[in-house]
Amino acid sequence: MPYVPHTDDDIRRALAVIGVDGVDDLFADVPAEILDPPLELSAPMDEVTLLAHLDRLAALDQQAVPTFLGGGVRRHFIPAVTPRLAMQGEFVTAYTPYQAEVAQGVLQSTFEFQTMMSELTGLPIANASMYDGASAVAEAALLAVRQTHRETVMVSRAVHPETREVLQTYLWPLDIDIEVVDLEPSLTTPVPVVGDHVAALIVQDPNHLGYLEDMPAMAAAAHAAGALLIAVVDPLALAVLREPGSYGADVAVGDGQVLGVPMQFGGPAFGFMVVTDALLRQLPGRLVGQTNDVDGRRAFVLTLQAREQHIRRSKAKSNICSNHQLAALLATVNMAALGPAGLREMAEGTVRRAHQLAAAVRAAGGDVAPNERFFAEFVLRTRADGVTVRRRLAKRGVRAGVPLPAEYGIGNGVTLAATELTTDADIEALLAALHDVGELGVVGTEVPA
Amino acid sequence: MSDFPLVFERSAPGRRAARPPVTEGATMAELLGETALRASPPRLPEVSELDLVRHYTQLAHRQFSIDGNFYPLGSCTMKYNPKLHEDAAERFLDLHPYQDPDHAQGILALLHGLQGDLATITGMDAISLQPAAGAHGELTGILMIRAFHEANGEGEQRRVVICPDGAHGTNPATASMAGYDVVEVSTGPDGEVDIEAFEAALGPDTAAVMLTNPNTLGIFERRILRMSEAAHAVGAQLYYDGANLNAVVGRARPGDMGFDVVHLNLHKTFTTPHGGGGPGTGPVGVKAHLAPYLPAPLVAREGDRFVLDTDRPRSIGRMRSFYGNVGNLVRAYAYIRTLGAEGLRRVSSMAVLNANYLRMKMKEAGYTIAFDRVNMHEFVAQPPAGLRTLDIAKALLDHGVHPMTVYFPLIVKEAMMVEPTETESLETLDAYAAVLAEVVERAQADPEYLAGAPRHTPVRRLDETTAARKPVLRYGFAAD
Repeated sequence: MPYVPHTDDDIRRALAVIGVDGVDDLFADVPAEILDPPLELSAPMDEVTLLAHLDRLAALDQQAVPTFLGGGVRRHFIPAVTPRLAMQGEFVTAYTPYQAEVAQGVLQSTFEFQTMMSELTGLPIANASMYDGASAVAEAALLAVRQTHRETVMVSRAVHPETREVLQTYLWPLDIDIEVVDLEPSLTTPVPVVGDHVAALIVQDPNHLGYLEDMPAMAAAAHAAGALLIAVVDPLALAVLREPGSYGADVAVGDGQVLGVPMQFGGPAFGFMVVTDALLRQLPGRLVGQTNDVDGRRAFVLTLQAREQHIRRSKAKSNICSNHQLAALLATVNMAALGPAGLREMAEGTVRRAHQLAAAVRAAGGDVAPNERFFAEFVLRTRADGVTVRRRLAKRGVRAGVPLPAEYGIGNGVTLAATELTTDADIEALLAALHDVGELGVVGTEVPA
Repeated sequence: MSDFPLVFERSAPGRRAARPPVTEGATMAELLGETALRASPPRLPEVSELDLVRHYTQLAHRQFSIDGNFYPLGSCTMKYNPKLHEDAAERFLDLHPYQDPDHAQGILALLHGLQGDLATITGMDAISLQPAAGAHGELTGILMIRAFHEANGEGEQRRVVICPDGAHGTNPATASMAGYDVVEVSTGPDGEVDIEAFEAALGPDTAAVMLTNPNTLGIFERRILRMSEAAHAVGAQLYYDGANLNAVVGRARPGDMGFDVVHLNLHKTFTTPHGGGGPGTGPVGVKAHLAPYLPAPLVAREGDRFVLDTDRPRSIGRMRSFYGNVGNLVRAYAYIRTLGAEGLRRVSSMAVLNANYLRMKMKEAGYTIAFDRVNMHEFVAQPPAGLRTLDIAKALLDHGVHPMTVYFPLIVKEAMMVEPTETESLETLDAYAAVLAEVVERAQADPEYLAGAPRHTPVRRLDETTAARKPVLRYGFAAD
């Protein structure tokens, strides 16, 4: 049987040591009426059969075609060296580093991760990772509630819709209210009037539609009311964009997929949370700290665990236990591989390609929204609804068009994203496909019959 | 001895490993405006590719893992993670969560198949693959129970979640996050939940009971059917913490025990890698009456197409973005399809055999077994009188084996919780028992032996007090 080493002799030897006649004697505590139910599962496959089966499934999926999808996950450059190093068996098959003496690999790389996230965000204290960006935002809101003892959070409608859904799920059982800030015609968030009942203002920059927000003004508005500013950020964008610490954000959270994690149909990537010193004791999740061993050598260890569920149980700051360590390690190795120059080049390439794309689509008569201050993606208004546009483009061999939710009140549309991997040929392919499906010539020219 | 360098300390300005495609054109200031830009770059490392490779290879060598070491952590199910699964996962890397579902029919078919397999294995009616980890699955499950009670007009009345005193820490933490008060019930002399105390704790205010079975002592709750009947009699819902499912997978199902909700730790029973602390993956299964509350979307079948079903008006909502930790879901699918029903039966049978064998060997080596009786996939031991669990754990490190889970469950003093899993050979277990015996002998012969351990690990015992009192949580650059 795969992965189980026991021979018949082994089983006999073990049973003799235990002093029972058969393996079933070890299951005597399980009530007989529920033991060994029939299980209708597929017959086992050998390795070759399994991989052939998976190949057939994978062939039904559109992969390795021109891709203009964003909305929280993008296809970026991942150098070969990144997964080769991060996915070494010692990292992949380790457990949480509770025995620090034999877990310096995970602990030190996590300390490096915390430092890199601190550098990117300009805030001092990063935890060891969260599940994803959306749950990290929800945890940040709970942190703000604990810190301020207020029971309302304000969130911009331009925060990713799925993130706001997760926020709603986490806050509902605790009776915390959510106030939503509607967008301006520029598809950005107006600086809201924040009441003194508000624990935190949550703004995403670049926002879900791709556009830059006035984050310093958001920080000022939040702080004037004694609320925290939770900045939901794109960590790759921070290679060029102003960092949350520079404009006074109290918490920076987001999703790290763009830092070197394959798209994988949306997971696993990782979430991150970086906070000011004042919020250290409220921070959920694991933290790695530096110390020395008995010989005076520098070493790293899980620390400040009194915040966590295995110590505090029902009084913990969160129930989080497993985090997304391995995905965070991918990002750590990736950032070290790219360095500040490489990360900046990726971010710049993303901005340039996205702006090239927007200009090309507009020049071809696409109804591109007029706001020019976007990072990786922008809004294209469409004739057909976004889901239909996306399907029609897919049939023409292009993955493009995250549908715009109706809540934005701007009618049919999609966002289009580009990255440093986007080529001129990709853009030509998208323009041809958009032309085919009748989404060009909307502005200025006639639609082809 | 010098410190092992941080990657920042290997950095020299101007070096780097990887080069993205080059773009030229307008500057960022021209495209986005000067005020949008950061004033100075993040101080990321600048290292050559070979220095990078050496750094993370040497760090890997400073790390115990299943691949390198026996790792019998109780309640963590550190079984072998097949290499085949890594190849399986690589087939589905370049899939965007928002690509047209008609052009993602392969992965959706796989996820739909996994939902079905997990429903069959757990005896539940519907599965959500969305939760990212066990604790996340717990929160999902308890929120569904809360939504169910609220829909029945009992939301105000039911304020309490009951957990055994041996429960995993995530259980009470989850109940708190869901807005519930926690009541703990004690463990009886047989290592099972004190049934009288349990029944006395149940009442009209009980929202849910969270149990793991076998429990954290590795003992199967023989009265589970009575407990489930008693909980349901007062209108409570029964939650199964799937952390210990490896004990019974293929042989007994939470659904048949009477549980209404179950979470699975795919990174335990279904051998997706732990990754040094995650990502886990925590699918949740429910009986039909709770299915309307599952997070959206589910993967559904419409004729010969697979779709993402977002039309779930009674759903508790989303627990995370997208659909779950798909990379790990592919690995778990590969595992189940490799083993089949007979293979899963073999998994739990040999996991239990190994744990009982090691329990006998540890007794021979001078250790005491808490609640000594036939156990399931794990058991809890205690060191010989006068010795401390922490010291023994540190001594084990010098022998190239990982300690068991220590000081858990909290209800056993100096607890050593041992879970060998089914993928270990008897020879490995014999060697572990021999090391455990040797450590005791040497400790009794030389009082300094344990205090000085470990001696041969990359670093030795750490000053954890200073780490907590004066936290250093990031590298201090020279300019700081």
